[in-house]
Amino acid sequence: MTASAVTPGITDKVMIEMKGVHKWYGQFHVLKDINLTVQQGERIVLCGPSGSGKSTTIRCINRLEEHQQGQIIVDGTELTSNVKHIEAIRREVGMVFQHFNLFPHLTVLENCVLAPIWVRKMPRREAEALGMKYLERVKIPDQAKKYPGQLSGGQQQRVAIARSLCMQPKIMLFDEPTSALDPEMVKEVLDTMVSLAEDGMTMLCVTHEMGFAKQVANRVIFMDRGEIIEQNDPQTFFNHPQNERTKLFLSQIISNH
Amino acid sequence: MSQSTHVPHPDLPPPSASTGVIGWLRANLFSSPLNSALTLLGLYLIWLLLPPALNWLLFKADWSGSDRSACHGEGACWVFIKVRLDQFLYGFFPAEERWRIQLSWLLAVVGAAPLFMKRNPLRMPSALFMLFAYPLIAYGLYTGPLFGLPLVETSQWGGLMLTLTIAVVGIAGSLPGGILLALGRRSKMPIIRSVCVVIIEFWRGVPLITVLFMSSVMLPLFLPEGMNFDKLLRALIGVVLFESAYIAEVVRGGLQAIPKGQYEAADALGLNYPKAMGLIILPQALKLVIPGIVNTMIALFKDTSLVIIIGLYDLLNSIQAAAVDPNWLGFATEGYVFAALMYWVFCFSMSRYSQALERRLHTGHKR
Repeated sequence: MTASAVTPGITDKVMIEMKGVHKWYGQFHVLKDINLTVQQGERIVLCGPSGSGKSTTIRCINRLEEHQQGQIIVDGTELTSNVKHIEAIRREVGMVFQHFNLFPHLTVLENCVLAPIWVRKMPRREAEALGMKYLERVKIPDQAKKYPGQLSGGQQQRVAIARSLCMQPKIMLFDEPTSALDPEMVKEVLDTMVSLAEDGMTMLCVTHEMGFAKQVANRVIFMDRGEIIEQNDPQTFFNHPQNERTKLFLSQIISNH
Repeated sequence: MSQSTHVPHPDLPPPSASTGVIGWLRANLFSSPLNSALTLLGLYLIWLLLPPALNWLLFKADWSGSDRSACHGEGACWVFIKVRLDQFLYGFFPAEERWRIQLSWLLAVVGAAPLFMKRNPLRMPSALFMLFAYPLIAYGLYTGPLFGLPLVETSQWGGLMLTLTIAVVGIAGSLPGGILLALGRRSKMPIIRSVCVVIIEFWRGVPLITVLFMSSVMLPLFLPEGMNFDKLLRALIGVVLFESAYIAEVVRGGLQAIPKGQYEAADALGLNYPKAMGLIILPQALKLVIPGIVNTMIALFKDTSLVIIIGLYDLLNSIQAAAVDPNWLGFATEGYVFAALMYWVFCFSMSRYSQALERRLHTGHKR
């Protein structure tokens, strides 16, 4: 598959806007002047060495991390300390974690219907139909009655994706979704993400899967030491990187794979 | 390169010496010379201690009769327990009103039974009944006026009935109290956090006996003239606050064991604080600390006997009082054995219930 296989359904509507965002962990300056505009339907891959701030960047978008300076506007609502706004934004922004973070005391289906029932106030029957629909979409409806501890890593991550989708979010954030998986399970998760991208979901994805970036992303962002060093369409990014730092990073990744 | 097909090796049965009775004996009792010697020593000790104990408790014991003359002195004289049983169970509760206690116990057993059985449609109604209706009914039955029955002062309460009342109120009150204190202690809000830390550290730092003594003797001195409330109620409040502090620390341990990812996942789904805690964090944290909570509750159950310091006669204290009765001098051993048995039955039941609960709530792989 090539980049053209994904139909570009990008609209002019701005979903996320980050303006001059700074963040510190104590004295450590993790994010330095991040400026990023994401339009509806965009599929963005963030890459960079560990500690470069890429996870922190996407975690700021649903306020799992708090930025100290600058502005973040998600779907027209600015993120401030206003709890109502934060909760409103979290309802529209799905997140998939490196370590899945499924709720181990609930079955797969209960994991999926929990937020629709308790946050969206959806009747249980309707929520369960929705849950099953998304479990079918990630191809594990037969595991609905099992507990997360009984599934493989790849299956758990697909459940986590289904759980996020059940909230019918406008934006999906992926924080290294395949980094904790055995190699043979990476593909099943990436396939799910590709199909999501094909449906026009706005996605921000922190990943080291450069194949996925080439296939799905319409923009690749390279970060280092808390700054966005370079962003471009995948073809230009991988074939003609502009910055020395990017070239070095890409050469390291390629020699490792 | 030619292709070859791998044929998996078939599964073989384990060697016979490692299975069955022989295998079990070998693995558990006679696995080494030292273990064999310990096994034999253990058997010898059982042989030495068990027969005399059984003789005293059962075979040579006196069971029938109604006064001291029925005791022949070879084994235990259970006549003492039989004669005084009503006092041990109900204290000085008027004899003609004891049906009220019996009814309350019957209601508890019937009302809670569905909770101890496998999943059934009565679970939810039963839980609601025990949680909301039962305390009111029991209160009405014990005191009286609420149901138009004659008043029984709390000073007349005693025996097992008092022990159970204090323990159940202590447990039922300290669990929610402890959970709230634990959540408060982990709050990001500094005032709530400091208040909870102070409460926990204060109540955990004083002995229960002091708490009871203060509630009974000191508190009335600080209250305005004429304002006085029941001694038992004061003791109950003291016990609940005291146990809440312990439960709080147990629960806090559970909260800290929940990975940060669970909090983040709950947040990311848009759950607010009460929902994240109630649906995600607490169910997992409380499951983790069931052993610790039950440990605290068992300790509480036995600590109820400290109410003697404020002149309340619970199970142990009414047995003690009966043992110094001039008519029955010399039968304290029987009394204490009976007390130990009663305490053990209740504590062991709690322990078994908690283990069953843990098994039922286990959802992951056992590795």
